[in-house]
Amino acid sequence: MSAERVTIRQATGVAGAVSILDRFGYRLQRLPLHLVIIIFCAVWVIPTIGMMINSFRALPDMQAAGWWTTLFPPHGFTFASYQQVLAIEGVVPSIGYSILITIPATVIQLAIATMGAYAFAWMNFPGRNLFFIVIVGLMVVPIQMTLIPVLQFFKFVHLSGTIPAVWLAHSGYGLPFEVFLLRNYLGGLPREIFESAEVDGAGHSVRFLRIAVPMTLPAIASLVIFVFLGIWNDLLVALTYLGVSPYRPFTVVIAQLTTSFGGGWQFLTAAAVMQMALPLAVFIFLQRYFVRGVTAGSVKG
Amino acid sequence: MAGITPDQIITAVVAVVGVPLVLLGYIILGEQVIEKLPDRIQEWIRPYFWALPAVGFATIFMIYPLIRTVIISFRNSADTDWIGWANYQYFFTFPDTLTSLRNSLLWLVFYTFFAVFFGLVIAILVDRVRYETIAKIAVFLPVPISAVAASIIWKFMFDYQPSGTTQTGTLNALLSVVHRDPVAWLVNSTTNNAALIFVGIWTATGFCMVIISASLKAISSEVLEAARIDGANEFQIVRLVVTPLLWPTITVVGTTMLINALKTFDIVYVMTNGAYNTDVIATQMFSQLQHSHFGRAAAVGVVLFLAVVPLLVVNIRRFQQQEEQR
Repeated sequence: MSAERVTIRQATGVAGAVSILDRFGYRLQRLPLHLVIIIFCAVWVIPTIGMMINSFRALPDMQAAGWWTTLFPPHGFTFASYQQVLAIEGVVPSIGYSILITIPATVIQLAIATMGAYAFAWMNFPGRNLFFIVIVGLMVVPIQMTLIPVLQFFKFVHLSGTIPAVWLAHSGYGLPFEVFLLRNYLGGLPREIFESAEVDGAGHSVRFLRIAVPMTLPAIASLVIFVFLGIWNDLLVALTYLGVSPYRPFTVVIAQLTTSFGGGWQFLTAAAVMQMALPLAVFIFLQRYFVRGVTAGSVKG
Repeated sequence: MAGITPDQIITAVVAVVGVPLVLLGYIILGEQVIEKLPDRIQEWIRPYFWALPAVGFATIFMIYPLIRTVIISFRNSADTDWIGWANYQYFFTFPDTLTSLRNSLLWLVFYTFFAVFFGLVIAILVDRVRYETIAKIAVFLPVPISAVAASIIWKFMFDYQPSGTTQTGTLNALLSVVHRDPVAWLVNSTTNNAALIFVGIWTATGFCMVIISASLKAISSEVLEAARIDGANEFQIVRLVVTPLLWPTITVVGTTMLINALKTFDIVYVMTNGAYNTDVIATQMFSQLQHSHFGRAAAVGVVLFLAVVPLLVVNIRRFQQQEEQR
């Protein structure tokens, strides 16, 4: 070992050898790090990959052998499951209804939540702590607890079985968590920024729209992702308020198909793949909001 | 099933554009009015003006229904008469509801701990490699997947065929490679709760990782540089510098996970529907609802709500500490 080192030193010069050995040692030191990450990622990805592969297989193949057998020829890939799912009446409109439910519900609740969170973070008023304690408490209220009274409310305002009813319900259920998270985020912003704006004569509407909202965008962006996904993937709320209406979203239709097909459920892999495609694209698209240095440089001097 | 009508699309577009515009108008016009008022009245009225939309929504969809539900929990299923504590008595004596209580406790402990722990570890580890984005997408992949899709995915993972036949389930195929008998993961009462909880952890870890990672990125690199110059190794930096700085985020994420654990419904409902002793409190409540036992369902909800009171206290304490620091 030492003899080798001497030869290398003679061949490449002392400095070069040290840096090569250092780099090799550094790589070796980091090997467990890479192994842990790769194994973890594999466990988190393989179930989904397996299901995706299965979605391109014929039903008898899925029932006869595991998805990994398809990795070796003959592959036998086919779009049969997709054709079968899309041919079922109501599946294509249900994807549209999911979009018509998800986007307005997300926008409505985040607009309201940001405004409410600003009041809780940067305004002093009697009963603020009490109000916020109530908000924090509401976060943990199970949705099931509200179903019967809210159904009665929708009947009272003639919104039963409509898409706007689901927007309102989702907004009501989502608000406490969003106000809580945004308030924590807004409350963590440097006080100096708001104080200097106030000294410069900026009212609350300017401070909210020009300072609080732009600085909160990273938090809002991550909330958009999770709120959007939550509503897109929701089963319980849609089932309760639209369960017997023609406007059933994608998840409800898939769930109902899963139950009604019983033994032949495997072809619904295609529906599952389509259902998760849009949220995944949204996540990749908004990835850039999760960058380093959210508030860096906003307070100088 | 009917197709989508233009009316429905127009209504949705109006809501998406209109609601933020209406709020903007509410803020700007309202502030103009408030600024003309005497200072003392301004200070008094402004916060309520700003909090009104959020508080209003919360009142209609959560506070009022919550109070109604507490009232219902002391009434019979037809909501015609007061029956005292009978619904609660049922919950704490019936074996099925006690099983659901035990299972919810298992979810509370194992789901929360592993989702947050894995999320923290992965967030810290991927921060040190060049393929961070790809690794994060891999771990986040299950988060966008609905309970319906996840249950289709894990049905293939947990699939069970009798011993001696070809195993189509991934886990049982792995067991057969090492010459072990296949396990009926979702039926066997020693494995099914663990299996369901793991599906929950699998869908939640990405959420924890993304939130913790965002806060990890906010830690100034100067702090880490200073620690390195002082001779701290990477493990010391993680343990003594990074984790304490992340602690507020970890508590927020942990609280969210505890709440998720208590509210767990979808995975259990879709995968086993509570069969083979996998019921949790939320599915128990739902089946009571389906059987029109509104009083009993409401009582389960109230018990669930009381169970989260300690969480509430922790949240409020931290809230007050944050106030003192500001």
